[in-house]
Amino acid sequence: MAEEVKTKEPLFSPKNKKLIFNPLSKDNPITVQVLGICSALAVTAKLEPAVVMSISVLAVLALANVVISLLRNTIPSRIRIIVQLVVIASLVILVDQVLKAFAYEVSKQLSVFVGLIITNCIIMGRLEAFAMGNKPWPSFLDGLGNAFGYAWILIVVAFFRELFGSGSVYGYPVMEWIGVYNIGYKNNGMMILPPMALITVGIIIWVQRSRNKELIEEN
Amino acid sequence: MQELVNIFVKSIFIDNMVFAYFLGMCSYLAVSKTVKTSVGLGIAVIFVLGITVPVDFLINKYLLSEGALTWLGPDFASVDLSFLSFIMFIAVIASMVQLVEMIIEKFSPALYTSLGIFLPLIAVNCAILGGSLFMQEREYASIAEATSFGLGSGVGWFLAIVGIAAIREKIRYSNVPAPLRGLGITFIITGLMGIAFMSFMGIKL
Repeated sequence: MAEEVKTKEPLFSPKNKKLIFNPLSKDNPITVQVLGICSALAVTAKLEPAVVMSISVLAVLALANVVISLLRNTIPSRIRIIVQLVVIASLVILVDQVLKAFAYEVSKQLSVFVGLIITNCIIMGRLEAFAMGNKPWPSFLDGLGNAFGYAWILIVVAFFRELFGSGSVYGYPVMEWIGVYNIGYKNNGMMILPPMALITVGIIIWVQRSRNKELIEEN
Repeated sequence: MQELVNIFVKSIFIDNMVFAYFLGMCSYLAVSKTVKTSVGLGIAVIFVLGITVPVDFLINKYLLSEGALTWLGPDFASVDLSFLSFIMFIAVIASMVQLVEMIIEKFSPALYTSLGIFLPLIAVNCAILGGSLFMQEREYASIAEATSFGLGSGVGWFLAIVGIAAIREKIRYSNVPAPLRGLGITFIITGLMGIAFMSFMGIKL
């Protein structure tokens, strides 16, 4: 009995901590693994939808990782993609119904992008790469870590776009409180438009890679 | 007829899948290293969007949306199955991709060898599911409109990926700052292309 306890890992062993913290920086799903960009950019014109989207992805990713990890030994490998899609799609339907019930305005703003969590490559990518070969608890942590990595990029992009584009943060008119409009400051309407999301992410990648030289690509 | 052309042109230039909605970005970034492969993937996307959007339109109209089941009898008039649409659409897409792959393999081995590797990738491309979801949200009136929307979105995606691939082939000869190389500069170029495409806004035939 004592032996069994010894061989058992503590819940937050160094290895498990890595699962949570690596995706935040040097293994970030968006800027390094290039996954899940589709939905990441479209919802970042304002902070509120970005936060709701992050929470939805967090819920779907963590739960899907756990479910697939529990089923990993029973799924025949030939049909695993379909099984994964069914699990993800059912979770996304749940999230969509919850959003429609409790946050109807935001769910209207997110429009098709809640549904597009199904084809969000982060989720498929993590299921394939991690949950199919690991126990439920590490898979759960991996899901959380990657969702947080996704979330912080979303929130940073949305923060800057909303601040410079509409002069507010989470709907609060911060720029007006500071009083910069009196000295001739104007909101930059460009930041609200889709192309600026891409350029903002480009700049985040630039900053991240100039701080962490390992990530620089050859070409 | 004019309405169809209008939807087609609008979905290519104004509501471009990549530049206006960022759909299909994952494969857009991963496969756009050379023009040749990106042409292959682009054609496959046009093909699959042109098939799945009308099929999903029929499913939405006759099975899922509110009151769609009235053809079964008056008792079904109040049934609303639209919460099932995600799972139905993704199932249709996955099986249509499989079917298209098998048909192409049988009838045109040459096309299969050039498209073959891209078809499975497409099942999880957000542009395909996005096409069906936008079709549902915008409530196109007839199957012809839905088809023209599907084909137009495909052509728009094709233009975007071939354009970025051509630029990336050339940019290899330029001296990009090291931290921006690869992914960073691709994002910024896509942003600039998006700004260029925004000049089409407001076009109406």
